[in-house]
Amino acid sequence: MTPRAKHLSLFSMMLLLLIMVGLLQSWNVALTILNLCLISAIMTLGVNIQWGYAGLFNAGVMGFTALGGLAAVIVSVPAVPEAWQAGGSRTMLGLCFGGISIGIAVVTWLKTANWGKNRYWLTGAVVAAGYAVMRVTVDPGIAAIEAVEPAKTGFLGGFGFPILFAWLVGGAFAAGAAWVVGKIALGLRSDYLAIATLGISEIIIYFLKNEDWLTRGVKNVNGLPRPVPYEIDLQSAVWIQTWAERLGIPVIEASSIVVKLSYAALFLSVLLVVFWLSETALKSPWGRMMRAIRDNEIAASAMGKDITWRHLQVFVLGSAVVGIAGAMLTTLDGQFTPASYQPLRFTFLIWVMVIVGGSGNNLGAVIGGFVIWFFWIEAEPIGLALMDLITAGMDTDSALRHHLMENAAHMRLMTMGLVLLLALRFAPQGLIPEGKR
Amino acid sequence: MSNFAIVPGLAYGSQLALGALGVTLVYGVLRFSNFAHGEIMSFGAMVTILVTWALQARGINLGPLPTALLALPVGIAITIGLCLVTDRLVYRYYRQTKTQPVTYLIVSVGVMFFLGGLIRFIIGPNDQVFNDGTRFIMKASAFKEMTGLNQGLAIKASQSITVVTAVIIVCVLFWFLNKTRAGKSMRAYSDNEDLALLSGINPERVVMITWIITGALACIAGTLYGLDKSYKPFTFLQLLLPIFASAIVGGIGNPFGAIAGGFVIAFSELFVTFAYKKVLAYLLPIGFAPDGLVQLLSTDYKFSVSFMILVIVLLIKPTGLFSGRAL
Repeated sequence: MTPRAKHLSLFSMMLLLLIMVGLLQSWNVALTILNLCLISAIMTLGVNIQWGYAGLFNAGVMGFTALGGLAAVIVSVPAVPEAWQAGGSRTMLGLCFGGISIGIAVVTWLKTANWGKNRYWLTGAVVAAGYAVMRVTVDPGIAAIEAVEPAKTGFLGGFGFPILFAWLVGGAFAAGAAWVVGKIALGLRSDYLAIATLGISEIIIYFLKNEDWLTRGVKNVNGLPRPVPYEIDLQSAVWIQTWAERLGIPVIEASSIVVKLSYAALFLSVLLVVFWLSETALKSPWGRMMRAIRDNEIAASAMGKDITWRHLQVFVLGSAVVGIAGAMLTTLDGQFTPASYQPLRFTFLIWVMVIVGGSGNNLGAVIGGFVIWFFWIEAEPIGLALMDLITAGMDTDSALRHHLMENAAHMRLMTMGLVLLLALRFAPQGLIPEGKR
Repeated sequence: MSNFAIVPGLAYGSQLALGALGVTLVYGVLRFSNFAHGEIMSFGAMVTILVTWALQARGINLGPLPTALLALPVGIAITIGLCLVTDRLVYRYYRQTKTQPVTYLIVSVGVMFFLGGLIRFIIGPNDQVFNDGTRFIMKASAFKEMTGLNQGLAIKASQSITVVTAVIIVCVLFWFLNKTRAGKSMRAYSDNEDLALLSGINPERVVMITWIITGALACIAGTLYGLDKSYKPFTFLQLLLPIFASAIVGGIGNPFGAIAGGFVIAFSELFVTFAYKKVLAYLLPIGFAPDGLVQLLSTDYKFSVSFMILVIVLLIKPTGLFSGRAL
């Protein structure tokens, strides 16, 4: 089978699976899965840029996703004028102080290279003083902001721009964070990057959960504006009613299908753009250089390539793509819930997608995102059915059967672990291998 | 002050140190960062809990001590079995094909997923409390009567058990590493693989011993953590970061460093998030007592402290405080 035929058959099988879900369960479920498949595919493209092109292990996908979500909130939510009045300027001033003191600390550190031990003490003192000034300025401001109608707002709000704009901002946020992490951890051994990114992603989540003035924390931000029409508005539109009648489905279902389809169209266009860009980059001299660095760092550096800088570059690019996907995810959900970010779901599952799909190959990453997300969702009904079958011989009220049925949902973690291990062992190239160029 | 910082710090530090020892040993001998370590700890704690329940159902207990201590040996044995089985089924193949460390790392992520699912499948995702011993060995009021001071000091039984167990384990471990043949061969293998092979050390045996020690340490650390706080499957993934930080801060691959790193991380977490209000109220003249809690960082950021320390160490001294292997 030629590679092209293989790719085609893989994607058509995927489509067939989705259609089957549509026929057996409902079209709404199928479209929900499709939308998240598309977002997952964009995330895997981002991770694939880091891992497949450059061999960098990023264990902080969750953090970058969440930063994308934060961007969606800041860009799209209308500002809360009372909160700005209560403590906005004070908080902003404090944050400026914080920024300035970081700047001073960095300058101190750089300018005192030959001061010996004093260098550490001086920099430490600058950091401590800057932190104290920032806290003293910021704390009352934050308290004032959070006191403004805590049940409804209690945060600064955002800029009230269209939410589509947030997708770009999300990318920028993630890129900024990635630059800082990369500066610290790149250039050391690969394990350090993994641990450092794992750490930064946890911290980002803690930050989002606790800084109520910015994100409302665990109180969540609901009702983000949408880039597509609302179901209620659609239901009163005449063309929907005629269509629903012609197809013989209820108007309510028809409207939600239309909404999901328009999301799918938006996501698909982003996916195509990102895919096209990464393919072009991979085929360009830049892509050749990245692969050369990945395959043999020493040889590449002997040819005059700046390895650390190139790694930083590719790390920032990949994280930006993940950030875009994160903003899209929050847009789709229509709400920002910091507590929902779990490393298993947002970091390690994406890794399973990349490895199973085929690292180094963008098409592979996309199919990996589709397949794994599909089975992640469908593992639950399948697992339940399986458990039902296995335990069918047992008494209906036997404790073991009850326990097995109750915990069948956790089967999917096990399944994913098994899939990853089997893929690494028997098909380390993934579904669609990178191939020779 | 000692009530809320020093005593919990010692207990938490011992738990981290035991965890970090496992990570550091696997790193030293097998040369990869084991992301599944948190789940191994969780697995060990889970087995201990199940055995504890079985014992409790038969009415067996240790009086004032928690029954879990009686169940611990069984937990250790099963956890060791788990480690050996995963090594045989999963890691050995990559060792034989001499794969890059980063592939190992991804493999350990797969193991983490699998174990996480298995644990939730067996015991469910909920909170389990299995500490049935006495809660306090010294109550705040009793301490006041004894010393006549007006501030109480309370020591939870689980905290002192943690510290005592950790001290015993660490002593045994160091005796093993420094005095026995097997321990010496392990250190030799960790220092220089080729030289160790030349002098006739059997690598498979070294790896096996490493997994046995790691399994035992992980099970003990997980159980102690569960006794002290409570057992929740998902907390162990969060513990991974402070454990890694401890191992790296102390110098990865260096057992002594892992212990020191554990205490450094534990105490800095507690001191940075400690509310200094009462201390300041003592030190400052009357009337100057601050209004707020005077925390350097709010308690929710506990985990970020370990990361900050990690970053500082990475920037200033990448080999760690006790000069482990440079990564």
